Amino acid sequence: MSTSQPAYATGGAAGPAPVFYDNGDHHPQQGTLLGFWLYLMSDCLIFAVLFAAYAVFGRSYAAGPSGVDLFDLQLVAINTALLLLSSITYGFAMIGAQHGRKPHVLGWLAVTGLLGLGFLGIELYEFAHLIHEGAGPQRSAFLSSFFTLVGTHGLHVTFGTLWLVTLMVQVSKHGLIPENKRRLMCLSMFWHFLDVVWIGVFTFVYLMGVLP
Amino acid sequence: MSSTHDSHADAHHDDGGGYHFSTRGYVVGFLLAVVLTAIPFWLVMAKVLPTPGLTAAVILGFAAVQIVVHMIYFLHMNSKIESGWSMLALIFTGALVLIMLAGSIWVMFHLNANMMPVHDMRIRP
Repeated sequence: MSTSQPAYATGGAAGPAPVFYDNGDHHPQQGTLLGFWLYLMSDCLIFAVLFAAYAVFGRSYAAGPSGVDLFDLQLVAINTALLLLSSITYGFAMIGAQHGRKPHVLGWLAVTGLLGLGFLGIELYEFAHLIHEGAGPQRSAFLSSFFTLVGTHGLHVTFGTLWLVTLMVQVSKHGLIPENKRRLMCLSMFWHFLDVVWIGVFTFVYLMGVLP
Repeated sequence: MSSTHDSHADAHHDDGGGYHFSTRGYVVGFLLAVVLTAIPFWLVMAKVLPTPGLTAAVILGFAAVQIVVHMIYFLHMNSKIESGWSMLALIFTGALVLIMLAGSIWVMFHLNANMMPVHDMRIRP
């Protein structure tokens, strides 16, 4: 870099020698994590739109059932606990990955996956119960926006769980190679991000939905 | 800058973009999250506060604090990682989300208020 002088520097014969502050020691870092963070931010915008739709339609019951009639807060509390627990168990898996302990990582990933499945099971039970009661997404604008918002979050958790299983296979086959650590980090961001969205869901949809 | 060469190599070793994890951080974040989740559920389920409006405001406040706690302790967000670009993207997204939510609620509330069906049928065209 310092041996080849740029064209403009050779123009001035009597000028001082050019000084280069970039000595080439550093180079662009691994960009995957920043790129994945940007994806999460765009995903955040999707959820923001769905939250806005729910904010607008959340009280349009069309003479149908409202949140007070439908929401079972104890079920929501259990779901919240499952997702919160799965966040810390994923954290323990990341600490295992940091120290290079493969069985530790696989064990905590399995626990995280089971908690995610528990969350999905309860959510599917809730949805089935609502639809069975005649409170499906076609009943009112409130229920349409409710199913879209909560269903999109559930779909994210579903794909997160699939990704988690895929990653468990990869870690058990190839070990904690740098590529797998990077993938674990991406899923970590994804999983914790879903927990952040769930804070919005349980507060804005469920808790505020049962307020008169 | 020559002394940073070793730490540079370390940064490549864990390939983390500046992220660091500790059991203590996760446990502290988890305990804070449990408290910040339990209080809103208790407020709503036990009907502690006198008016629904006050309850809504308080639980929204708890949610905002809990989101910050999750960002710091679980997503390891700070102004250092990725040379600050993650934080910049987060702030930009936060601004967009605020504009989108506040704007939608504001516009649609006024639209609803102005498009209410007229109760007196005689003045309808």
